[in-house]
Amino acid sequence: MAFNTLVSVCFLYACFLFAVAFWAEKRAERGRLGWLRSPLVYTLSLSVYCTAWTFYGAVGYAARSGLEFATIYIGPTLVMVGWWWILRKLVRIGRTHKITSVADLISSRYGKSTALGVIVTLFAVIGTTPYIALQLQSVTQAFGVFASAAPEGFGRVDSEATGLYVAGGLALFTILFGTRNLDANERHHGVVIAIALEAVVKLVALLGVGIFTVWGVAGGFGDVMGRIEASGFATLDLMPSRMIGLTFLAAAAFLTLPRMFQVLVVENADERHLYTAAWAFPLYVMLMSLFVLPIAVVGLQHFGAGANPDMFVLTLPLDFDRNALAMLSFLGGFSSATSMVIVAAIALSTMVSNHIVLPVWLSLTRDEGDRLREPGDLRALVLMARRLSILGVLALGYLYFQLSGGSGALAAIGLVSFSGVAQVLPAMLGGIFWRGATRTGALAGLVAGFAIWAYTLFLPSFGEGAVMGAQMLAQGPFGITALRPQALFGLAGIDPVVHAVIWSMLVNTGLFVAVSLVSFPDPIERMQGAQFVNVFDHSTAARSDVADGIAAEDLLVLSQRILGPVSAQDLFQRAAAAQGNAGYLPDPTRDFLAELERELAGSVGAATAHAMLAQITGGTVVSVEDLMAVAGETAQIMEYSAQLEAKSAELARTARALRQANEKLTLLSIQKDGFLSQISHELRTPMTSIRAFSEILREGDIEAAARARYAGIIHTEAQRLTRLLDDLLDLSVLESGTVRLNWGRCNLHDVIERAVQAALGGERATGVTVQRAAMSEHVALETDADRLAQVFINLVSNAAKYCNAPAATLRIATRKHVDAAGVDWIEVDFIDNGQGIAGADQAVIFEKFSRAGETVRAGGAGLGLAICREIMSNLGGTISYVPGQGGAAFRVALPRLRHDRGRR
Amino acid sequence: MRVLLIEDEPNITEALRFVLSRDGWLVDTHADGATALRAIADKAPQVIVLDVMLPNRSGFEILRDLRAQGSSVPVLMLTARGQQRDRDLAQAAGATAFMTKPFSNADIVAALRALRPSDAPRVSP
Repeated sequence: MAFNTLVSVCFLYACFLFAVAFWAEKRAERGRLGWLRSPLVYTLSLSVYCTAWTFYGAVGYAARSGLEFATIYIGPTLVMVGWWWILRKLVRIGRTHKITSVADLISSRYGKSTALGVIVTLFAVIGTTPYIALQLQSVTQAFGVFASAAPEGFGRVDSEATGLYVAGGLALFTILFGTRNLDANERHHGVVIAIALEAVVKLVALLGVGIFTVWGVAGGFGDVMGRIEASGFATLDLMPSRMIGLTFLAAAAFLTLPRMFQVLVVENADERHLYTAAWAFPLYVMLMSLFVLPIAVVGLQHFGAGANPDMFVLTLPLDFDRNALAMLSFLGGFSSATSMVIVAAIALSTMVSNHIVLPVWLSLTRDEGDRLREPGDLRALVLMARRLSILGVLALGYLYFQLSGGSGALAAIGLVSFSGVAQVLPAMLGGIFWRGATRTGALAGLVAGFAIWAYTLFLPSFGEGAVMGAQMLAQGPFGITALRPQALFGLAGIDPVVHAVIWSMLVNTGLFVAVSLVSFPDPIERMQGAQFVNVFDHSTAARSDVADGIAAEDLLVLSQRILGPVSAQDLFQRAAAAQGNAGYLPDPTRDFLAELERELAGSVGAATAHAMLAQITGGTVVSVEDLMAVAGETAQIMEYSAQLEAKSAELARTARALRQANEKLTLLSIQKDGFLSQISHELRTPMTSIRAFSEILREGDIEAAARARYAGIIHTEAQRLTRLLDDLLDLSVLESGTVRLNWGRCNLHDVIERAVQAALGGERATGVTVQRAAMSEHVALETDADRLAQVFINLVSNAAKYCNAPAATLRIATRKHVDAAGVDWIEVDFIDNGQGIAGADQAVIFEKFSRAGETVRAGGAGLGLAICREIMSNLGGTISYVPGQGGAAFRVALPRLRHDRGRR
Repeated sequence: MRVLLIEDEPNITEALRFVLSRDGWLVDTHADGATALRAIADKAPQVIVLDVMLPNRSGFEILRDLRAQGSSVPVLMLTARGQQRDRDLAQAAGATAFMTKPFSNADIVAALRALRPSDAPRVSP
């Protein structure tokens, strides 16, 4: 097969991937995702776990160590089948808090710590770089295999140049499809589809080679089984400790590898996809591993012990001149390598830009006055940071690949990486299951674990003399044997990987737990911890902790830079509409800020988003005081609402009072109209008589007797008018309370005597007989004697006018009594023996212009009793009608002494 | 010509009796609202002078009932309240004329003359 053909096919395949990714992106833009986001695609995308290491290296691993290779598959299978609920929790947390990466998860959980974000990012870069190098190496090696298989067409294959091209091409793809959009929540549809497609290619290729090996090279399944039996794989000594250690490592790495987190959590479109993946992914992995052992055995037997077993999947079909199959196999390996690199680069670039580049940039620009309004698009900056990070990550991988010179078996590098990233596990699991985990604990555990990993595994992995001298490895630093890198504290005689894992995880977990127990989380940590651990209780309630009083405009400016103008304006407009505001500026409420922080976190990570908002809001740290302020604010709101309730009740009361006042006014208005109309009537009636008779008299020609009579009528009516006006004025003064009372001491007997004389005068013959009990009347009073007499006169003359009994009698009875309050009261009853006052009239006799029965005889305007009532009220007493006394009965009651008035 | 004065103020009744008698009317008087309709039926006056504020029954009610009975006898209403509302009520109740107290004797004489139906059928010249 010509080299050009290989390059062309490679190029075409790459073009095809670009096209598929591009098509998926377009479809996603139009919102027609459909099956692009099916559980199947999610499951296939998880296959980034199976890198070139798995594709090529598994066979090599099997050829060297037998069944041990299976641990790499058992680990994730165990996680998927047995511990998928951990994944579910991770996915829920990731979606709820818009987590963008492992570093973001750890940073966010431990109080949005920048330090933790940086550290995890650094570890991830260090741990992943060799892995990327591994992929580059595998692709280059694959090219090399083709070159050596068909040297005539290849010329001189420059492995470094190949590596560079591959790295460059991958960088291009990753930048194109990995940084199209900023918000991780929008996800990388193109990339995921391309990866799912590559997953299929991988599987088909490996199955193809496997089937060819079993049925094409060997004599079928039975033959292969026999060969395996004969090869001695079955009897290879399996170290249980190493098996367990490797299984644990694979399981841990499945959770903590940046690329796995990316596809598992960040790219997850639907939590329920996990249920499918829980069985489908183990199935995929099982199919991938199905032919590993046969290929290894057949390859070993075919090529002999000297051949590189890592390349058996390529060399076997090539050696049998199955060029197409070899091509497919090459593409499978190529797919494995590229998918891993692409996803890893995306994940790492997100971490690097969010946790290193942006915080540094923010801290550099922090002091420059109006930092958010300065020219320059933050969004462009973030995208640039991502792109540069991708380039940086791939450059690092390439550099490592070049420096290591393709040394070491693929599997070895993979394990070193695994145990590196596994250091995140305690902080991760502790963070989502244990509220007591603290930032200090996580920091201590991570740093210690990573240091031990570096010392015991990573640095020695470069080989003797590369970083650590042979002497140091053999005898420890400065000859301290207890500190020998691969036999710490005398734990010698076990596999270096297991040794490193045991020590690093032990110290890591131990410190994490111990330091967490003795340290106290700050308020943000406490809240984040509660939200992460109890994520299923309140998935929607990721809170932001920023103070109020922020200009919404500043927030919009910031958000536009990060989310882009369209998305930011859309977000703000929606929030404003939800709050009932028109336009683009919602009130910076706590809820809105929380939502905004989550949105921003999707682009720049939780810690950075928090820091950015905190910059605007001015409070970078949420202290106990801040929490107290929040609590105080809540209390204020509650108090305010209580005040509002009180106010509203008060308003209701006022409204009721107003309504009553209005009713009263309406009534008064009607009464006033009635009063005026009554006055008019009372004035016009005597005037009518006066006018008529005066006209008659003026005309003359009237006999003397009639003239005298008419003049008498005029005189009477004029008197009536005068009396009416006097009464009206009197009533007006009494009603307004401006009456001048002449308080003084007097004897009740004298007052009654005066009244009877005044009322009856010389008419005693015509009128009533007055019966009195003079003895009881001698009571010393403190009152206005004239006014009291006026009341009595009214009552006596009323009796004289209205009492129609044949022998009219008026009985005046006086009695004293002391009420419950200890006030001396005088009661004077005026009871005649007439027909009394009808029940209906009793209610109105004290009203103005009310006259019971006929008017004429009374000769008054009907104001007498109204005036009496006002006088008694002014004197501090009462006047009332007492029914059932055989005739009209009025009772006047008043306090004996002035200071007791108004006490009844 | 008979006129019936329905008025509760005796002094006013006396003045009107004097003035109207002098003008040639036969004057009957009645002072109570409740029995006014019966008095009208009894005396069968050609013209009625009706006060509004009567004891026991308002002049408006009496007039309404009178008109309801189909009587078209001219009625001059007197009121002492002197408000426009009373004038409207009187008109609505079917009053032929309306006067406010106090009035001049000449006015009421003129008003009643105007209300007097022609005593004899007119003979064409």
